[in-house]
Amino acid sequence: MTRTFLARNPSTLWFLLVLALFTLGVTVLAEGFGIGLIPTAFVKVLGKTLCLCLVALAMDLIWGYTGILSLGHMAFFALGGYMTGMWLMYARTEEIVVQALAGSPIPPTPEEVAQGVATQIFGVVGGSDLPVVWSFAHSAFLQLPLVLIVPGVLALIFGWLAFRARVNGVYLSILTQAMTLALALYLFQNDSGLRGNNGLSGLQNLPGLADVPQSTLSILFFLASALLLAAGYLLLAWVTSGKFGSALRAIRDDEQRLRFLGYPVEGYKLFVFTLTAMVAAVAGAFYYPQAGIINPAELAPIASIYLAVWVAIGGRGRLYGAVIGAAFVSLLSSWFTGGMAPAIPLGFYTINWVDWWTVLLGLAFVLVTLFAPRGIGGLFDRLPSPRRHGAQLGPDDGALREKEADA
Amino acid sequence: MTTIAPARTTSLLEVSGVSVTFDGFRAINNLSFAIGPQELRAVIGPNGAGKTTFMDIVTGKTRPDEGTVVFGEVPRSLLRMSEAQIARAGVGRKFQRPTVFEDQSVSENLMLALKAARTPWRVLFWRETAKDRVRVAELAAQVGLADDLSRKAGELSHGQKQWLEIAMLLAQEPRLLLVDEPAAGMSFLEREQTTALLVELAKTRAVVVVEHDMEFIRRLNCKVTVLHEGSVLAEGSLDHVTKNPQVIEVYLGR
Repeated sequence: MTRTFLARNPSTLWFLLVLALFTLGVTVLAEGFGIGLIPTAFVKVLGKTLCLCLVALAMDLIWGYTGILSLGHMAFFALGGYMTGMWLMYARTEEIVVQALAGSPIPPTPEEVAQGVATQIFGVVGGSDLPVVWSFAHSAFLQLPLVLIVPGVLALIFGWLAFRARVNGVYLSILTQAMTLALALYLFQNDSGLRGNNGLSGLQNLPGLADVPQSTLSILFFLASALLLAAGYLLLAWVTSGKFGSALRAIRDDEQRLRFLGYPVEGYKLFVFTLTAMVAAVAGAFYYPQAGIINPAELAPIASIYLAVWVAIGGRGRLYGAVIGAAFVSLLSSWFTGGMAPAIPLGFYTINWVDWWTVLLGLAFVLVTLFAPRGIGGLFDRLPSPRRHGAQLGPDDGALREKEADA
Repeated sequence: MTTIAPARTTSLLEVSGVSVTFDGFRAINNLSFAIGPQELRAVIGPNGAGKTTFMDIVTGKTRPDEGTVVFGEVPRSLLRMSEAQIARAGVGRKFQRPTVFEDQSVSENLMLALKAARTPWRVLFWRETAKDRVRVAELAAQVGLADDLSRKAGELSHGQKQWLEIAMLLAQEPRLLLVDEPAAGMSFLEREQTTALLVELAKTRAVVVVEHDMEFIRRLNCKVTVLHEGSVLAEGSLDHVTKNPQVIEVYLGR
């Protein structure tokens, strides 16, 4: 192999360069280590956006490359958040309990501390015992691997059942929506062991770093998110290059043909579904500490649909498209819904962007689909499309339309 | 002297007593068929005779209601295997409509088809070697696509797509090749080339050609199986079957 991986994938190099410059710029301008032009709250928004870009990458791999329109990947994202959230909340509460008991004449036993933590966390849902699912929450070494294990195993079981039965197309999308809805409803229950609709809170505090100001913590999380996005991009660029990527695109366009070439298509789908679920979970694990709170509303079916919209607007089947779509739409969304966009008085009616943003987003989605099928990311592909003789690039539901493909 | 081994060991594929019913319609009715390891065979029959269903059964797309399908020198039943497993066991299929991966280049199409490990994990870590590139170039040259390796398959003409698909089949190195109407949509010259290729291929493997075109079958100069209403009506040389009064009645005489 004479040429290196980056030389063969110039878009990856460009992406990493842009991300590095952006990260450097924000670090210099932010409060933590820099000159303080960017407020801490906005640094958190940017850090969260980087995590959303990562989950969009996962969505692009499963939908844009493999043609499986999963509308449940935000469930894996939220599960990842819950897994880190449990550790963060336990550790934070433990610090508080230890502090409170420090004044007592007899030093507290570990049992007393554990009991105190349980009462603190579960008092709100009327419990005082730590549920079984919290067994590992006291230890980062035990709890944090669950970020990968829990969503990974769930995706593996769900995917195995669905793909083995050859559920395809819109039926699979509906099934994934059902999965995320079922999970959300389960978590809404108080006796699910994850504090019902209260969710987990206080996640912005890292254990042992109580004295570090949020301005510093936020930039550290931002840097970690940027590093994570770079690593995720490299991983997915590697996965989609070479014969594996070729097989995935073949599944998207004509999976029956690939079966007759001897490829175990179901195995590939299961592999990609599980891998992307784990990437989404890691993104969630870094997102929610920056958000500070997680509750079951995060698993609402609409969240996963938004994810698909981001990827479609960015341009599916190209990794940078997913990142651009997620960053652009989610930042614009927080601008419009955050009350920063000026309302437009029409005399008889005032357009309030908090209400009208979703209409605008829907309109943008339709316009992109009709007039810029390659998405925003496609604007970077300067090469003209080759002349193809048919409009379809394959018979399958997820197949790329001719207008979506690049040269 | 020991007795000569029974016929089954000399055939590569043996289909016996196979029946399949779709919504009460018997598409295949007690069909039996055998082909040797180096044999060219033409299968003809009117529309609805069960030619495509027969191929679907052999390649695992359709499960028969009864009967057996056995393949290989060490006979293995194909009935419990998935499409992908059957393909890996050495059964290749050429569709009537050219089916190539339109959004991928000619060389990517060929690399996908090249005989190699197929499991996700092995493919993920697979990287092409100089040997693979040479093999892909050879295959492309064999079907006249040597200058088109980096073009997208979707840009090729209909005939070129047919050739690309044939090259992909060769890359798979199958021991049994099922070819559905290869002459459809081909020019006279392309037909001549296709005939020569199929005859050449049958020297090293079994080739089953399903075809409507009598002139094309005459050129193949091989044993012919006539299907009618899901079972074998006649079998033998083309001259032999065309003299069969039943065959004349159902197929040729119209």
